[in-house]
Amino acid sequence: MARYFSIFLTFARACLVRDMTFRANFVLECLTSLGWMSMNLAFYLLVFQFTPEIGKGTGWTREPFFAFVATGLIINSIVQALFMPSAEELTEMVRTGGLDGVLVQPLDAQFLLSMHRVDFSSFANGLVGVGLLGWAVSRMDHTPPATAWLLYPFLILCGVAILYALVIMLAAATILLGRNQSLYDFWFYLTNFSRYPAEIYAGPWGGPLRALCTFVIPILLVVNVPARVIALPLEGQAWGLVWLAVTAAMASLVVSRIVFQTALAKYRSASS
Amino acid sequence: MSRAAATPLLPGLRAWWTMLVICLEERLAYRGDFILGTAMRFLPIVTQVFLWTAVFAATTRSDIAGYSRTDIVAYYLLTMVTRAFSSMPGLAGGIARSVRDGSIKKYLVQPVDYVSFLLAARIAHKLVYYAVALIPFGVVFVICRGYFPPVPDAATIAVFTLSLVLSFLLGFFMEATLGMLGFWFLEVSSIIFAYMLVQYLLSGHMFPLDMLAGVPTGLAGVSVADVVRWLPFEYTAYFPAAVWLGKIRGAELARSLAIETAWVVVMAVACRVAWWRGTRRYSAFGG
Repeated sequence: MARYFSIFLTFARACLVRDMTFRANFVLECLTSLGWMSMNLAFYLLVFQFTPEIGKGTGWTREPFFAFVATGLIINSIVQALFMPSAEELTEMVRTGGLDGVLVQPLDAQFLLSMHRVDFSSFANGLVGVGLLGWAVSRMDHTPPATAWLLYPFLILCGVAILYALVIMLAAATILLGRNQSLYDFWFYLTNFSRYPAEIYAGPWGGPLRALCTFVIPILLVVNVPARVIALPLEGQAWGLVWLAVTAAMASLVVSRIVFQTALAKYRSASS
Repeated sequence: MSRAAATPLLPGLRAWWTMLVICLEERLAYRGDFILGTAMRFLPIVTQVFLWTAVFAATTRSDIAGYSRTDIVAYYLLTMVTRAFSSMPGLAGGIARSVRDGSIKKYLVQPVDYVSFLLAARIAHKLVYYAVALIPFGVVFVICRGYFPPVPDAATIAVFTLSLVLSFLLGFFMEATLGMLGFWFLEVSSIIFAYMLVQYLLSGHMFPLDMLAGVPTGLAGVSVADVVRWLPFEYTAYFPAAVWLGKIRGAELARSLAIETAWVVVMAVACRVAWWRGTRRYSAFGG
């Protein structure tokens, strides 16, 4: 484990050196990333011009909702920085046969393929997320208890674990399909479901969708559980969701590992 | 350096047909990836439908900026159709990349017009996309038929169709022009990303632009929506959808169509000028 951590630090250092070599590009990437985020925040502000709450009686008024958005920013920035750059490279590696070189290394293939690139500019959104969280929490009617603050970082990690498992399974799909240029799109579209409170998925279509995205592909637990713990009173159903998020995180990691290993076993080299 | 050969009509058409067939075959080479990508495009709209349903549930308003709950759902579904015409995934990035890696030089020495080739490739791309997307689009529209107002009259349908064709051309020429900035800048990915941001916000893809009517610009009596109306972006998503829903009629409709046509001409000329000037300053070395 220590060896892998040390190797990861070496990868991260190399990526940081690379980013700092092209500082202007790094700053530009941070700015574009912040631009995308600002645009979404502007959209949410516009929505709250027309309604006091997202869903009647849900408790997701403006400030709690922005705490929700901030939580999403933090989780997504971690995943975008640590895992997505490597996963995106995989799509071309499978098609061109570059994956062969990884498979003969004396290291775990999943580790190498999912963590060899770190995109430091993606952390910019996370930092803004922390600031936004502070702003939203300071303006909320309800003050989060100490338990909520203790659980919050742990649940953030659970959310990251669920998304990591999803990235790994999409990477496995790449290996099986031969090419998966849609990987990033699929990631974007799927994580889209996690961008809003679970309560919006109601009614004859929303109920089953909510169940599907909670118990089968637990994407709704990623942001909802930590955000609910910090932004809404920690009582009753919230504890059940905490346990569900922890269980889903562990199960996702195990399933993704099995799926990835199975896909690797089916890999046929594309190189000559 | 560019040399557009003066081709007689029949061989010219044959070249177009060949380009179309090549691109069709290329699109179908990785069918799994393509079908997956097509089906996934419906996912974001699902969240938007639920979001706005939740918004309407929590407010006492019967409409927001003139849109009822059903209007909003219909609007998002119609922007999906519009975006299917106007979005050009990979076009600008592909042009910039071929300038950077030098592969564009083959179009400079062959009797093939690069812009025409790109247009044929994009038409092929869209044809395959529509063939694949027809089924999921049909299913979604049948399921959601209750959200739509009655089918508009033939004139409105004709204007809607025309606006879709124009949105395809506008999207193509805007992105192609953007890609040709690669002749002047080594890396254009950040410019493309910035364009996509502006495009997503101001095209109406994110929300009906009528919602900006109440957002002031600082100029007396001028809202953000008034400014956006003169920009090309809204014609790539908002305008055709608003036409179908009957939100734009009469003189305003004629004026909007004229603005859209003018933007298509401006961007087509800009694309040609960028190509001529770009290829004049372009230099390639080695094999």
